[in-house]
Amino acid sequence: MELLEIKDLGKRFGGLQALSEINLSVMKNTVHAIIGPNGAGKSTLLNCIVGKLMPSSGSVMFDGYSLLGRSAHEINQLGISRVFQTPEVFGDLNVLENMLIPCLAKRDGAFRLHALKSIDDEKQLREKAEDVLEDMGLIDKRHMKAASMSRGDKRRLEIAMCLAQDPKLLLLDEPTAGMARADTNNTIDLLKRIKQERDITIAIIEHDMHVVFSLADHITVLAQGTPLVSDTPDNIKGHPKVKEAYLGETQQV
Amino acid sequence: MFKLNKKDLRTLIIVILLALFAPFLLNPFPTDSALAQFNAGYPDLMQRFVIFGIFAVGFNILFGLTGYLSFGHAAFLGAGSYAAIWMMKLLTMNIIPAIIISVIVAGIFSLFVGWISLRRSGIYFSILTLAFSMMSYQLAYSVLTPITGGETGLQPKVNDPRLLDGALAEGAIPKANLFGLDMSQSYDMSLGAWSFTFNSGYYIAAAFLILSFYLSIRIFRSPFGMMLRAVKSNQQRMTYTGLDPKPYTLAAFVISGMYAGLAGGLLVAMDTQAGAERMFWTASGEVVLMTILGGVGTLIGPVLGSGAIKYMENIISKINSDILHTWFAFLPDGLENVIVAIIYPFIGKGWHLTLGLLFMIVVIALPGGLVEGAQRLSRLFKKGKNKSNENE
Repeated sequence: MELLEIKDLGKRFGGLQALSEINLSVMKNTVHAIIGPNGAGKSTLLNCIVGKLMPSSGSVMFDGYSLLGRSAHEINQLGISRVFQTPEVFGDLNVLENMLIPCLAKRDGAFRLHALKSIDDEKQLREKAEDVLEDMGLIDKRHMKAASMSRGDKRRLEIAMCLAQDPKLLLLDEPTAGMARADTNNTIDLLKRIKQERDITIAIIEHDMHVVFSLADHITVLAQGTPLVSDTPDNIKGHPKVKEAYLGETQQV
Repeated sequence: MFKLNKKDLRTLIIVILLALFAPFLLNPFPTDSALAQFNAGYPDLMQRFVIFGIFAVGFNILFGLTGYLSFGHAAFLGAGSYAAIWMMKLLTMNIIPAIIISVIVAGIFSLFVGWISLRRSGIYFSILTLAFSMMSYQLAYSVLTPITGGETGLQPKVNDPRLLDGALAEGAIPKANLFGLDMSQSYDMSLGAWSFTFNSGYYIAAAFLILSFYLSIRIFRSPFGMMLRAVKSNQQRMTYTGLDPKPYTLAAFVISGMYAGLAGGLLVAMDTQAGAERMFWTASGEVVLMTILGGVGTLIGPVLGSGAIKYMENIISKINSDILHTWFAFLPDGLENVIVAIIYPFIGKGWHLTLGLLFMIVVIALPGGLVEGAQRLSRLFKKGKNKSNENE
């Protein structure tokens, strides 16, 4: 069953057609990777899904709702959590507080004036936050300021914050960009485990083919703002069109 | 107790004790001694300490938690003052309705200003709030004269309607009161060479400070307070976590505006007059200085900051060259004149220079304000203690 369905999506910036005729379905409980060379429109596509950009044409349906015209926080409340290329966490707050915020957002919605409640009384949320931290191996760092953590730990925390919301769809924007090999492998293992243990769908934008082929159930290749092929990893591997997009046309001498 | 953890309860108790014993703490020098002019324990000044403390505590909820720097909060203080005066003119000289209406009017006004100003952040937000407060100031001075009294300002008059109070005798002065308790009523206590003044107005203002301070602790420790810190830390992450930063910031803006209105209402309750100069941008700047000097984002910092600034404004500005000469009279004449000439620019009307220097020192050496200074001192103290223990 489709969780996310994109139809005939196009995005134009002035004279530049960044995306055109994007048709893409993300199936429930799968890992769907979107790959493509630089400038293919991967990030633009992602921004059209999460509400940062308004598509010029087409439709985006998620779990029965149209996402067009919704603001970013509404889209998150529908069940799409996003991980950024460079980890975005609340640097001034400690790890546990970082976890409590998504828990509160999940329970109380986009805004609630709970100014006279004490955060110490939120026992249930705290338990939930600590459970996820435990699962992610961050429980020992719960009193650490998020800004002072390593990049790998920040990434882990960011994923933990998304998971604390029990999202239906987890969107990852190049989650291993700029990471050392060891950190990259850790992240791959983590995502594999998340996929196995949770009832979750993952869409991942990635440059690193190693990451893509170790995780994805389905791959869509974007080139010049439009999908080239969409198939299983095995079929993508030897696909001539993909090679062409990445390495350029074969020239006959 | 009071739903506070131990540390916060301790902070609250410190503030309560400071407020209760201020008449003693601020008058440490015997009345006839040369140092008596450093005594700050007179009602007028003590009232200012706590009222501007309230102003700064409220400002800190906006600036300290969300990081949005408003340069127009004096407008809400002024609006609160005008509202309070009108209540005293139309309804009663009892301060309770005046204070309630001042908080409400400032709240509505700040909702309007915040709703527009919060469309931008950073320096643009600051400029927008500055523009609003200067517009309010100019309007109060000119076009709105029928409501604000223009240049002369507003005072309750004998023949104002005052629906709830009986008519006053011709020539009587309407006095602000709390169910008959006159705000200017004082009790003087002499202990040997010392004298202390206990003023009813001061204690009522102090009660409001304690209440406001308690509320601010609760806000700091609430889920709402955590969201405000999230606004300061990372709005992008906040939005993609399903939260809308705007209403949170606006709520903080309105709450701090209401604190400002309360301060404005109390100013009127203590001294029944209001003028447009209360809204001038320097008044808005002053509360920024108080908050930064005391410690942005700390609980007690704004209280300390407002105390420090009001103390300097009132005490250092009163020192003149004659007083300096008496202090340094023991030196040889030439040296005395040199020293007095060096110190002179820093006192009297030059107190701003002292304030400026202090502010620079604090911002450069103690970015956490006076609170950080106190923390460093106590750490130093503890270290010394530990060392002496080790030696034993």
